[in-house]
Amino acid sequence: MKKALGIIGIFAAIFLVASLYGENFLTGINLQQLTNRTALYSILALGASIVIVTGGIDLSIGSVVCLAGISVPWLLVEQEWSPWAVLPTVLAGSAAIGLFHGLLITKLRLQPFLVTLCGLLLYRGIARWMTGDQSQGFQGEFGDVRAIALAKFAIPGIENYRLPATVIPMVVLAVLIGLFLSRTVWGRWLLATGRNESAARYSGVPTARLTTLSYVSCSLLAGFGGMLFIFDIGSAQPSDFGNFYELYAIAAAVLGGCSLRGGEASVIGVIVGAATLQVLRNTITLVGLSSQLEFAVIGAVLLIGVAADELVRRFTSRRLERMGAVAKA
Amino acid sequence: MRGVGRRYAGVTALAAIDLEAHAGEVLAIVGENGAGKSTLLKILSGVVEPSEGTIEVADRAGVLRAVRLDGVRDASRAGIALVHQELNLAENLDLAGSIFLGREPSRFGVLDLRLMRREAAKWLARVGLELDPSTLCEKLPIAHRQLVEIAKALSTEARVLILDEPTSSLSARETERLLAIIDELRAAGVCIIFVSHHLDEVVRIADRVVVLRDGRQTGEFLRGRYDRASIERAMVGRDIARAAPRTSRAGEAVRLVVDSVVGTHHRRKPISFDVRAGEIVGLAGLVGAGRTEVLEAIAGVVRHSGRVTLDGVALEGDTAARVRRGIAIVPEDRARHGLFLENPVSMNMSLAWLDRHSRARLVPTASESSLVAAMVARMQLRPPQPRRRVQTLSGGNQQKTVIGRWMAVDPAVLLLDEPTRGVDIGARAEIHAEVRRLADAGSAVVFASSELEEILMLADRIIVMHEGSIAGEIHAQDATEVAIMRLATGGAPSEGHNA
Repeated sequence: MKKALGIIGIFAAIFLVASLYGENFLTGINLQQLTNRTALYSILALGASIVIVTGGIDLSIGSVVCLAGISVPWLLVEQEWSPWAVLPTVLAGSAAIGLFHGLLITKLRLQPFLVTLCGLLLYRGIARWMTGDQSQGFQGEFGDVRAIALAKFAIPGIENYRLPATVIPMVVLAVLIGLFLSRTVWGRWLLATGRNESAARYSGVPTARLTTLSYVSCSLLAGFGGMLFIFDIGSAQPSDFGNFYELYAIAAAVLGGCSLRGGEASVIGVIVGAATLQVLRNTITLVGLSSQLEFAVIGAVLLIGVAADELVRRFTSRRLERMGAVAKA
Repeated sequence: MRGVGRRYAGVTALAAIDLEAHAGEVLAIVGENGAGKSTLLKILSGVVEPSEGTIEVADRAGVLRAVRLDGVRDASRAGIALVHQELNLAENLDLAGSIFLGREPSRFGVLDLRLMRREAAKWLARVGLELDPSTLCEKLPIAHRQLVEIAKALSTEARVLILDEPTSSLSARETERLLAIIDELRAAGVCIIFVSHHLDEVVRIADRVVVLRDGRQTGEFLRGRYDRASIERAMVGRDIARAAPRTSRAGEAVRLVVDSVVGTHHRRKPISFDVRAGEIVGLAGLVGAGRTEVLEAIAGVVRHSGRVTLDGVALEGDTAARVRRGIAIVPEDRARHGLFLENPVSMNMSLAWLDRHSRARLVPTASESSLVAAMVARMQLRPPQPRRRVQTLSGGNQQKTVIGRWMAVDPAVLLLDEPTRGVDIGARAEIHAEVRRLADAGSAVVFASSELEEILMLADRIIVMHEGSIAGEIHAQDATEVAIMRLATGGAPSEGHNA
């Protein structure tokens, strides 16, 4: 919780600016849209944070989003599979991608950056080749399946804002991952592995299995997120669907207090981090800044956030050092 | 130093110390961990500023001048060089590069490699290292790196050389060499301040010994007017009961059998020995004799050929699998392989225990905290604060944390690699007592140590290794330092004790 305080502050500040200067920011429909996007990106960011906790990185998230997402309408419409077969297949395929990454990283000892960078190219290429680089959509059908992401729930007493269904998986996953990290032996082991892989191994922690598990979880969540994204938008181009999503996910995780050195995570922080990025994107459009500036603004905010975090960390560690000297004295 | 003191946040780490060190003198500073030695060294090397008092250093003409040491560069300019306890060499640089790191000779901004190598070779020869200056540091054994550090300090033309625990990673033979080098430097007029836990060395080399306790000077002894016991008394404020050599309570049952084991990546000879219940086996030998490899093979940290059996059943798989069978390993380098430094004591201590005491893989929060409290008390951790980050603990308490992690699971076999390196006398005795207690309860213990004193004190049976194979075996009651060293250096075993 303490780790999340910084990002909650940044979020509050940006939210305040947006409310004051952004026309239509505080309208129900806009906030509803923001909640939906936050939920979708949070699912990717939670996956990214599990990998980051181990000290690793996954650059292939966006391409897995694309491959998994595109596969859904492609299998349903073009290959005429039943939805009951499509969803499990896509999820299993995503998990298999993660397993592939995990094994390359733990058995062959390849660097996560390289493995997932190759993944980024690989899955995007497969998605484009598989679909003939043609836009894939639901052709107005499968409304009942798409409702998984599209349903909205009215909240008694509030008008103009209905809670997007995507919030449900986000909350469920956040609670599960939060409990996993803080309350289970595996979570403790995962954090230990990220903190000092070698010490964890000497202590009898099955580090290779946990690292593999983290890549499986990340790709599985990316695949699940990809499904929700495609249900939400209805159709997408294999060439650009999911582009840069890994960076949104990693940025949200880092803003949320996950150190890229591993061993630290805050689920609440990750979600607020994802929300911050979405509010920021939204604000850029609403206050009339050129949308071409979007990446520049996000980059700048990320840099400020990370620098502030590092300064705070240094300040506290210096205080700790002093306390340590006192203890020795 | 006159009346030099340092307070941290109102707590006195070092109280008004007066200290004089002369050219051509070896001044030893001893004290337990936390006595204020580190603070004193930090002040002298310019890392921290004193809260009070002044420091005067003689200039080249021999005139004392008050200096303000703000940063390592100031100290270096004043002619003070510190060789740290932890080795600070950049592993990817060659020897010349590391010796001249930060002050590389250059012509028009281009490194003058020839001059650098020539000079480096000169300083390396000064510490007795006949090595090619273009050798990479990572290729050197730890003992040599220590000497390179000293060469580096000398190359700054330091007139005051401070050595912080210089022998903690050296074997007996290398320690001899280092002491000889110190002798030469003393003759050359260098003022040497020598900080050590090893009283034997201190007694041999020091012209004067200053004892610190709780940030105060509690004793000063001139050469020839002291003995070990009086120094120890000044250090701990009481007499240390010399642990009597252990009477072995080893049972008959063999617990651990090591049969023709050799690490896959080590070109060594196969090793075989066995350990009975309640027995403590000490692996003696010089640095590089292959002791660490044996321990790591048993624990499954490195792959190996041959067989290891525990209670008659073969040990297989990686460390995780073996830990579940009751193997425990305390690695040599606790910061790299043993501890989660940024995490609290509690997480570090409960890690192995959790695996066996969780229900449905959930962390049992309440019993975890009572376990940690019990282990903190049993290991006599100071300060006894489970929530303190391990980073802020002294070396001895860090080591107790690693050992406590394993004591919590009552391992069938405890493997310890240099169990008390960089650990003060008091903590060492406490660690030894815990290890003995574990053995007395029926576990098998194997430890490796470069310190003969520790081997003689703790082991029931001593296996001496030389260049990757077993050179001989000696029972504790027959063992002498001479006999062990003869085997460790490849000499013929003295008659009768050979296994």
